Amino acid sequence: MGFLLACPNCGQRDVYEFRFGGEVHARPQFGASKKDWMDYVYRRSNTAGVENEWWYHRMGCRRWFQATRDTTNNSVLRTFWTDQEGSDNAVRARK
Amino acid sequence: MVLGLFRKEKMWGPHHKLKSHYDVVIIGAGVHGLSTAYYLAKNYGITDIALLDKTYLGGGNSGRNTAIVRANYSTPEGIRLYSESLDLYEGLSKELNFNMLLTQMGHMSLAHTDSAVNGVWKRAEINKALGVNSRVIWPDEIKRMVPALDTSQHTRYPIKAALFHPPGGAIRHDAVVWGYAKGAEALGAEIHPRTTVTGIDVSDGAVKGVRTSDGSFVGADVVVNSTSGFCSTITKMVGVDIPVVTHQLQACVTEPVKPFMSKVVVSANLHVYVYQTDRGELVMGSEIDPYSSYSPLSTFQTLEAIAGHAVELFPGLKNLRILRQWSGVCDMTPDYSPIMGRVEEVKNFILDVGWGTYGFKSGPASGHNIAELIATGKTPDTIKPFALARFDANAQVSERGAAAVSH
Repeated sequence: MGFLLACPNCGQRDVYEFRFGGEVHARPQFGASKKDWMDYVYRRSNTAGVENEWWYHRMGCRRWFQATRDTTNNSVLRTFWTDQEGSDNAVRARK
Repeated sequence: MVLGLFRKEKMWGPHHKLKSHYDVVIIGAGVHGLSTAYYLAKNYGITDIALLDKTYLGGGNSGRNTAIVRANYSTPEGIRLYSESLDLYEGLSKELNFNMLLTQMGHMSLAHTDSAVNGVWKRAEINKALGVNSRVIWPDEIKRMVPALDTSQHTRYPIKAALFHPPGGAIRHDAVVWGYAKGAEALGAEIHPRTTVTGIDVSDGAVKGVRTSDGSFVGADVVVNSTSGFCSTITKMVGVDIPVVTHQLQACVTEPVKPFMSKVVVSANLHVYVYQTDRGELVMGSEIDPYSSYSPLSTFQTLEAIAGHAVELFPGLKNLRILRQWSGVCDMTPDYSPIMGRVEEVKNFILDVGWGTYGFKSGPASGHNIAELIATGKTPDTIKPFALARFDANAQVSERGAAAVSH
């Protein structure tokens, strides 16, 4: 199902203006084990439900932002810049 | 007399009551799950099997694909698996005594650029080396085979060559599901439609059984995950994340017209594939949607893209009307190859997932091989390259070039 996505800069736009960047997941710290890096590169939570995702407004302001979306019905709960409060910043270290 | 046309006996038995324990519990009763059950019973005499499915038989991707079968992949690993499958499909109607309307009309992958021509050359040579019938053909022969194609050299993507695969074609997908269901049930397997798996019990690093939506616990020696669309969700029940992202894949079908083309025509550059069914309808499909989703609803944008690109290839279709459009949810792996075999973290849990957009055509072979793995405890050579561990070993089997659009 197609849907609208609110770019934090440009406002509501058709999802086909954006590039999907995948789910947000924590990047391992420098020196992490090979297994951690392989998991980071390949394995995905692939949630059937609400997840945080990266999106890029390729046909607009060309900026990356994050969205919280329900993947079962494509309803977008909110969109935000990554430095905003509550964002799940991907460079945060894995525990 | 008319009533005589309809089937009087049920093809598979009444609704069973779930027992408390089975030798093998298979989650997902699609082509993969059913063929696994069938070959387990037939080849190895293991008949204490329960197939659990969330919906009705063939309600998932087994009934949503575009029913194309072929073996012209681009890696030796992929070609072996899919050609084994095509061989099984060729004898399946006879084996199961159920007509699956296999039509080996020939499968044509168009190349519109120089790099695509190199790609089809490479595929043709690897196919030939492994005994799969494929060859490169040029615009004059393409035009003779499918006169409706626009082979003029002034289009946006002129047709330069094609990979022609004579044994490729289509088979009625519902019939495959029903045939396997009938065969597996006759040998003793139990089919439980509308039984959702809500959890999998694991203790001491081994699978013990599954929990279902009606609250019952079903013990099992082996649990097989042969779901599509929701394979991540099921695998997560044993605490394992797999390299899968779920995307939608959409297709549509037009009103029926007189037979005018007898080949499956695929264009990777134009992201479209078209063939005419026995009823005269044109089945057209595209590539996966550009964002992940579990939604079952289709989009106008994809319909517009499919129709536009199909008309670029076949200008004569421009006034044809669309009958219906549908979508299925596909488990995409990074290398467009499936994930089959054991999971290191959990014993007796077997994966037959990550079948992306190419699961239907491999159903018989994967069931055959997964059955061998369960019965003998040894992973057959055919599916060894598709283990989950390949991602940790950097040993992906890249089928992107042969599986991304050409279904």
